[in-house]
Parts: sequence; structure tokens; C-alpha cells
Amino acid sequence: MKINRRDFIKAAIIGGSSLIGISGEVFAAEDFSNQPNRYGVLTDLTRCAGCRLCEAACNDANRLPQPEISFDDTSVFEKERRPDWRAYTVVNRYLNPKNEGAPVFRKMQCFHCNEPACASACLVGAIKKTAEGSVLYDESVCIGCRYCIAACPFSIPAYDYYSPIKPKLVKCTMCYTRISTGRVPACVEACSEEAHTFGKRKALIKLARERIVKNPDKYVDHIYGEHEVGGTSWMYISGVPFEQVGFPADLATVPYLTFTKGFLGAVPLVLTLWPALLGGIYIFTKSREQKDETVTQKSEKGEKR
Amino acid sequence: MDRGLEGMSRQRLWIYEKIFNGLSFSEYLKSLITPFNMIAGILIVPGFIFIVTRYLYGLGSVTNASDVYPWGLFISYGLLSGVPFSSTGFLMATAYYIFGLKSYRPIVRLGILVGFLGYFFAVCFLLVDLGRPWRLPYPMFVSLGTASVLFLVAWHVALYLSTQFVEFCPSIFEWLGAERCRNWVSRVTIGATIFGVILSTLHQSALGALFLLMPGKVHPLWYSPFLPVYFFVSSIFAGLSVMILVSSLSRRFLRDKTDANFNSNFDAMIFGLGKAASVVLFSYYSLKLISVAHENQWGLLITPYGSLFLLEVVGFVFLPCLLYAYGVKRKNVKIVQITSVLTMLGIVFNRFNVSMIGFNWTLPHREIPHWKEFLIAITIITIGVLVFRWIVSRLPVLRELPKYPKPPKLKEEVFERVRPSFLRYPRIAYGTIQFMNETIKGWKG
Repeated sequence: MKINRRDFIKAAIIGGSSLIGISGEVFAAEDFSNQPNRYGVLTDLTRCAGCRLCEAACNDANRLPQPEISFDDTSVFEKERRPDWRAYTVVNRYLNPKNEGAPVFRKMQCFHCNEPACASACLVGAIKKTAEGSVLYDESVCIGCRYCIAACPFSIPAYDYYSPIKPKLVKCTMCYTRISTGRVPACVEACSEEAHTFGKRKALIKLARERIVKNPDKYVDHIYGEHEVGGTSWMYISGVPFEQVGFPADLATVPYLTFTKGFLGAVPLVLTLWPALLGGIYIFTKSREQKDETVTQKSEKGEKR
Repeated sequence: MDRGLEGMSRQRLWIYEKIFNGLSFSEYLKSLITPFNMIAGILIVPGFIFIVTRYLYGLGSVTNASDVYPWGLFISYGLLSGVPFSSTGFLMATAYYIFGLKSYRPIVRLGILVGFLGYFFAVCFLLVDLGRPWRLPYPMFVSLGTASVLFLVAWHVALYLSTQFVEFCPSIFEWLGAERCRNWVSRVTIGATIFGVILSTLHQSALGALFLLMPGKVHPLWYSPFLPVYFFVSSIFAGLSVMILVSSLSRRFLRDKTDANFNSNFDAMIFGLGKAASVVLFSYYSLKLISVAHENQWGLLITPYGSLFLLEVVGFVFLPCLLYAYGVKRKNVKIVQITSVLTMLGIVFNRFNVSMIGFNWTLPHREIPHWKEFLIAITIITIGVLVFRWIVSRLPVLRELPKYPKPPKLKEEVFERVRPSFLRYPRIAYGTIQFMNETIKGWKG
């Protein structure tokens, strides 16, 4: 059988491009879309009064270091804060575009995504979504690359950059030890205004929808977290548009790991295609060289004769 | 007694010859006091102090990394720019061994060495940047996060570093005079080269794929489903430009380490590399334009980020593409050399735009790396240059030892021995496939 280099390359390209259509199965995170026991929290921003009791309760329940400014000081509202290495959750104050006298407060913490970007980012599998709904971090295997922080669409996880020996990721656990023993998260329990409701995620979506339907003037017709990034365990309803109170707008409604799935699926393709292609080219190059050599040898012999 | 003494003196001679360039120890120390080494020392010391403080007081003491900008100069420059610069190894090995472009023979080893050191020092940057660097082997052996793109990067960089070391081994064994080891290791060259191309394709593109996970954070002009392709294609002209620059610098400053073969082929090689870089730059430029058209982002071009994008794509991609072509056409080495620096700056500019300047573009403040980060980067780069010079001054990289005129060919008898035994045991192949199946099942479960 005769085959020249051009034919070979052509065949390889055609074969390769037909393969691209079939992306390989990816070893991705587990699918939690049908977990019946998954819990969540619904936060109603119209009820939050900015008392910061949830912050204090969180600090106490998780044995976090004491903050510089005490929890009953409202001066912290002057700047927009983010959770940091000493706080799993913070409350921020925003101007209410509807009513300037009544500012909007928003509690901020990990959203506990259904399929977390941080978990699919972690190269040591230190971040896991539990069946209860919490997204948990395991310090014992973390190498400190901080790709999870970069990947989080909400910029939630914090890192203690000043620890030389044991720097770790700091983020809300949805009080995993409490909810796995039948209790509710500390912040939910502490809230005097019942701004947070803890329960099964499905039931929470129902509840949120009921509230919106009953008071269409009070609420924006949107449950933040129902579809964002493929759904989150912590969800919000609000009286003002979400992008005006510090929520990232226009997030994709699919889990973020779908964006890297295609790339990871192409890996087996490269693994199989390249050796065949390059090996083939090498063999052709070599045979051509040998041919050249024999030709020159023959011509040399011819000259001698 | 006599033999022992003889042995010792022989050993000492060996050290003098191999390490001290044939000088006595005190002479060697004196020979180190040169303006170049003095400047290198001055550049290294401050950053070195801050590397120490980083391990004593944490990353926060030397970087501006924060909870919204977790990465700084070490990732944007050290990893994301350092790795494409190090594609020289796979480019030169492929050109020479696979495509049979024999005229590049004098710089194949140079390419592999630069690639190896580039990866090695990219890992050094990581060792400074990782929170717990002593856990670097964790993704390989302790806890495997197989769904992560970074997992792929970690494995591939580790494997590729080893592969490049094997590829560079012939030089080391020639230097040590270990002929049999050298001949043995030369036989795996083709396999190592192909393996290296696979690994390079995947991890160069994977560095771009890292950012696929951040559609809301990377500015839409830089975020694209093509990010892996951009990173891979740009790594090709990055490596070609580094080859041009390093070859030129070696010719200028390490001329006594080069041989006639290198010097007589120099211009032709530079023009060949420049021509190749020009073609790849053009296809990259086209890809970028297609992406803007595809996503219909023309409106974004008139924003401030748009002008940054235009500066990058026109000033650091299209312009070098033209300059390379012009320099090659006019047979002007200088233009090609200057263009190589311009192209490399363009790579750094692009990686910074993706990972720092255009990153978190919806947030009000931008991260500017701490000045200590720059000093640490300078330290690591300078050490890299010193190590490179140390190796090139001793090992046969830019010159060939007269003893080894041609790569040894596999003898026919080796084939005879290998083939039947492999056919006799098809079970080995079957067993391997079974094992891989089990492993994959294990990962999935």
C-alpha cells in the first residue's frame, strides 16, 4: 500500500475533526440536582434591619477571632465590606432607590452553589458539596493555590495571607455541624426579624414565590440563586433590583464547570491524536532522509564508475 | 596507598576541570569577581530577603494579594508568562527531531535547556506563591482533584519538567564523559519529544482554560471560549521569540562557548525562526479578530479596555508580525532581534490583561503588585540567568564535542530482540488496558 505524507496528514485532520464532535466524558463533580435532602436558606432583604446580630452569632458559633470594631457599632456600614479571614459573613448597607430614608441591608456569605465553581477549580479536591447542601473546605490537603478564590463568581472565599505556616481558606459552612444534627445555622437562629428561613431548598423556592406573588409591589420578581450559576443553596428575595445592592448581575444560569468541561473533554483527543500524527510525520521524514542518502550514495558510486 | 593518592588527585582534577573551568579554587573565586556578577549579586540580594520574610510572615507581608485578587505578579508573570516563554524546548525538539529541519541542529539543545530552566523557575515562582509550598506533590499523590484544570496543569508541568530533563541528559552525560549512559538516553529522544509535544499542547492551553471558569471576572474582550487556543498559539511565537533572543545573547556574550557550526548557521536560523514567528503571529492576530467579530464586541473597542485591547493586538501582535516579515525579507538580523523583545513584551502584556488588568473588571479598584513582588521576581529571573550561564559555560550546549559527530543509530539487532518478545506477550498490552480501565473506573466512582 502506498501512502504519501500529504494523504496521511489529510486523513489525520479529517479523522481528528470528526473526533472533536465527540467530547469525552469528564470526571466532574457529582450531580446534586436531584438531592431531596438538600437544605438552603432564603434571605428576605426587605426584612433585614441591619442589626448585625447574625454576624455576632456567626463569630461565636464558629469560634472566629474577635473583630476590631464591635458588632453593635454601625459605623462599619460606611464602607462596603466583604467576608474576610475573621468573618464568614458581613452585612452591608445600600441606598434604597425607592425610599432614601430606609436603606437596604444585605447579609453576604457563601452561596453554597449546587455545583460550585470553587470545587471544580480545586486541584486537590479540598472543596466538596455535601448532600446536606453545605460547601465544605478541607484544610488538611489544601496547597494554597487560591484558584478557588479566583474562580468564585461571588468573590466570597477569604484567605489569611499573614499566616506563614498554616494559611487557609476561610468561608461559611452553613453551620454544617449544626445542620447535620438537626439544628439551624447560627445566623438564622439569631435573626430577630426572621429575615432568614432555613429549610429544604425546594420548599424555600416555593415560599419565595408565594411572597413575591402576594406582594408584587414590595418585591422584585426574581429569586436570586434559583438559577444563577446553576442554582445556589443560599437564595435571596429583594425589594430593589439585585445589582443595586451588591449582587453580581448577568451571571450565567449554568454551573460554571460546564465552561471547562469541553476543554477537559478534548484532553483524550490530544493524547491519542498527537502521537499518531507526529509519529507518522517522523516516519515519513526519516524514510525520505534514508531515500536521499541512498540516492546520494548511488550517485557517488555512479561518479566513481 | 599510592593508588589512593592517585585516585584522590584524579578526583580533584575532575572537579577543577568540570566545575572550576580548569582553574584552582582560589583562582576560580577570583575569576568570579566580574562586573556582571557584581550587578547580578546586587539584583539578587533584596528580593532574596523578601523571599525569606514571605516564609516568616506570610504572603501578605510581600504581596498585594487580596480576597478579590488572589493572584499577583508571581502568577501573572512567573507562571502565565514564564511557561509560554519556555515552549522553546518542545518547539526546537519538534522542528529538529520530528520534522527533520536539520539546519536548526546547533540550537536544539539550547532550546531544550531554556525550556527546562523556564519551567524550573516557573515552579520556583509557585513555591513562593503557594500558601503551603511543601504540599506541592499533593495533587499528584495525596488528594487528586481530577475535575480541575489546574490539576492537569500540575501533572503536566511535573511530567514535562522530567521529560525535558531526560531530553537534556545527553548533554550532561557528554560533559561527565559517561558515554554509555549518553548513548542509552539518546535512544528515547523521539519518544520523549512526542510526549513533550502532547504535554505542552495540553498545559499551555490549560493555562488559558484556567480562566474559562471566570466568565464574569475576565473582561469580555479577553474572555473567550478560544482562550485555550489563544494561549497555545501564542506560546508558539513566544517560544520562537525567546529562541531568537537567547541565541543572539549567547552569540554576543558567550561567544567562546559556541562552535563554528552555530556561528556559521546563526543568521539563517534567526531568519527561519523569525519567519515562523511571523506566520504564527498572523494566524493569532486573525483568531483574535474573528473572536471579536464572532462575539460582536466591536462596541467594546471604544471603551478604555478596548483601547488596551487594540494596543495589545495591533501594537504587540500585528506590528511584530509585520516587523518579523520585514526583517526577514531585508535580511536584517537587528530588526528580527528587536522584534523578538517586542513580541515577548506582548505576551506579558496579554497575560497581565487576562489575569490582572482586565480581571475583576466590574469591581472599582485594580490590583497593582507590591514593589516587593517585583524585587522577588527580579531575584528569581537573575538566578535563572546565572544558572543558564553556568550550564552553558560547562556543558556542550552551544557547541558539539568532536567525539560525538552524529547521534547513534539504533542497531538492527535491538529491533530483532524487541519485536518477537513483544509479540510473544500480548498479555502485557491487554493487562495494561485492563489496569487503565480499572483506574478510570476508580476515578469516576
